[in-house]
Amino acid sequence: MTADSTPALVQIADADTDGPAPAGPSAARGPRARNTKAYLQYVAAKIAGAAVSLFAVLVTSFFLFRLIPSDPVKQMTGGRPVSVEQLQSLRRQFGLDQPMWQQFTSYVGDALTGDFGTSFQFHAPVIDKITEALPATLLLTGTSYVLYTALGIWLGTRTAWRNGSMSDRFNTAFALTLYSVPAFWLGLLLIIVFSVGIGPIPGMFPTGGLESGNETGFAYILDVAHHLVLPVVTLVAVGYAQTLLVMRSSLLDEMGSDYLTTARAKGLRDDVVRRKHAVPNAMLPTFTLMFVNLGHVVAGQILVETVFSWPGLGGLFYEALSVPDLPLVQGLFFVFATAVILANTLADVLYPLLDPRVGR
Amino acid sequence: MTTESMPTPTKAEPAQNPRALARARKRQSAARFWREYSGHRSGLWGLGALVLIALVAVFAPQLVGADSQSVTGAPGGALESPSGEFPLGTDQFGRSVLALLVWGTRVSLTVGLLAAFLCVAIGTVVGIVAGHFHGWYSTVLMRVTDWFLVMPTLVLAIALATVMDRSMWTVVIAIGVTTWPTTARLVRAQTLAVESRPYIERARALGGGHGHIMVRHVLPNVMPLVLAQTTLVISSAILTEATLAFLGLSDPTTTSWGGMLQDAREAGAVSAGDWWYLAPPGIAIALVALAFTLCGRAIESVLNPKLGVAR
Repeated sequence: MTADSTPALVQIADADTDGPAPAGPSAARGPRARNTKAYLQYVAAKIAGAAVSLFAVLVTSFFLFRLIPSDPVKQMTGGRPVSVEQLQSLRRQFGLDQPMWQQFTSYVGDALTGDFGTSFQFHAPVIDKITEALPATLLLTGTSYVLYTALGIWLGTRTAWRNGSMSDRFNTAFALTLYSVPAFWLGLLLIIVFSVGIGPIPGMFPTGGLESGNETGFAYILDVAHHLVLPVVTLVAVGYAQTLLVMRSSLLDEMGSDYLTTARAKGLRDDVVRRKHAVPNAMLPTFTLMFVNLGHVVAGQILVETVFSWPGLGGLFYEALSVPDLPLVQGLFFVFATAVILANTLADVLYPLLDPRVGR
Repeated sequence: MTTESMPTPTKAEPAQNPRALARARKRQSAARFWREYSGHRSGLWGLGALVLIALVAVFAPQLVGADSQSVTGAPGGALESPSGEFPLGTDQFGRSVLALLVWGTRVSLTVGLLAAFLCVAIGTVVGIVAGHFHGWYSTVLMRVTDWFLVMPTLVLAIALATVMDRSMWTVVIAIGVTTWPTTARLVRAQTLAVESRPYIERARALGGGHGHIMVRHVLPNVMPLVLAQTTLVISSAILTEATLAFLGLSDPTTTSWGGMLQDAREAGAVSAGDWWYLAPPGIAIALVALAFTLCGRAIESVLNPKLGVAR
């Protein structure tokens, strides 16, 4: 659906920049060059803003985890009995005996080179743990992201187009109900019903994990897909409502518009009016939401991953929290926030290309 | 809402004092709001469910007994299936799951309401101030808002709850301070719209200061929007509370629905297939969250009929 709408909107943007009668390449270059320059300035401003945000995130994670607890080392040891010497060596190891500004500069310097310190519980560099877990998260949340976005757009379009009908009411109510359900609970319930099995339903899906561990080649892919089913169903069920509601309300906004009446007066089929005229215009708010959600793909779903023992970033975050493994928590916090910032910046940069009214 | 022109009912008695007039207008406006709200069937369902749930929370001791949360001297055996005596079975300590469910209503509603109140209060103040003043402090405020907006809410809330003491207030604060930016942006947009109206200029010309204009003129006009936003925030706050409690970041001594789910998971209810222990807390969370969402959507569509919420 996005692929449908994007070229059309970009064409509109191009037509606007070209002016009424582009006599030739030289005539067209004038306004287009000016617009390109304005656009590049806009992009530069957005990227600068993102850089500022990234720095703010660095500062936050530094202060959040170092200043609020009265003694970070006590937090690290988590109440286990340790001697004074051990505490002091821990302080030295994490540079906590240095003045605050020195800690801060070395922290920022390290973070910029991708060094988030060493995890307490795994005794491995934080960055290694993160890169290890990233593919699993991307597989799980990426798959469900694509599915719930597509489902949300499809159902949102359908419900809005038949606004007030039985199927509209049913679909909206169903989506709202699933939207109110805690995702981790739905996951637990699905495990009980389809993995453990109750009554006549046999356990047909694995209770968790990414793989069974003894498959190779094509069988391995099937095995992973088999493990993927329940968590993906959970995430899609909880996630598609938001896209549906946004798509539905923005399409309803468009439906009274004159240009749709015009399109119908031209004799176009209802189907064509919807696909070629109404939906591309109604996509803009959905597009924004899609990028907001894209940022959260990396953050994964902490609880869903935990419930399904998925070896991704969310599960890692949960493990780090229960220790608490502060360097790992800090590193993950930074990665999660960075992903959101990058996705938002990407949306800001792409938005004027889709909607010529923005940012010029 | 309150400033829209009314049929002037006071032509016959011009001596009526302005306060009584204002009261009459407010009453009329409320009556009209209720008339339109009651046209939304789903909104009425949500409201009815909320009244019922609130009653359950208030009368929890009378309904299931004040001592049903105590682990010592629990009436049943561990993890019993539903029976006549325990309609939803028992937990690993032999307490009735139904009784715990009733008690959990209190925590979920309290945390949901307080967190939403905190969130909306911060959002409204920041939004109005950022919309009213121009120049650098508005820019700074909006920068701070944007910065909170890009933080993954749940991650930030979990981080806050980790570094603070385990208590109900920690959860309230963690949810409140991480969710306000959306409200702030909404309120700021509405403030900008209100401030461009002529009566604000009139108030300024008559010598109204910043405080007067923000509190007496802007605030009443953003309140309806804030009300709709509050009901929507409550349902997400209740979901976040359940999540934090499930992670064990809430007060372990009070019974909450998220905490019950955590207990159930730790007791091995998942692998044993004890659905009667796991299903009810989740259904309760979903019901409350859905009820608040339905109310919020109905209020929203009364205020902005273009949204086209199904009646």
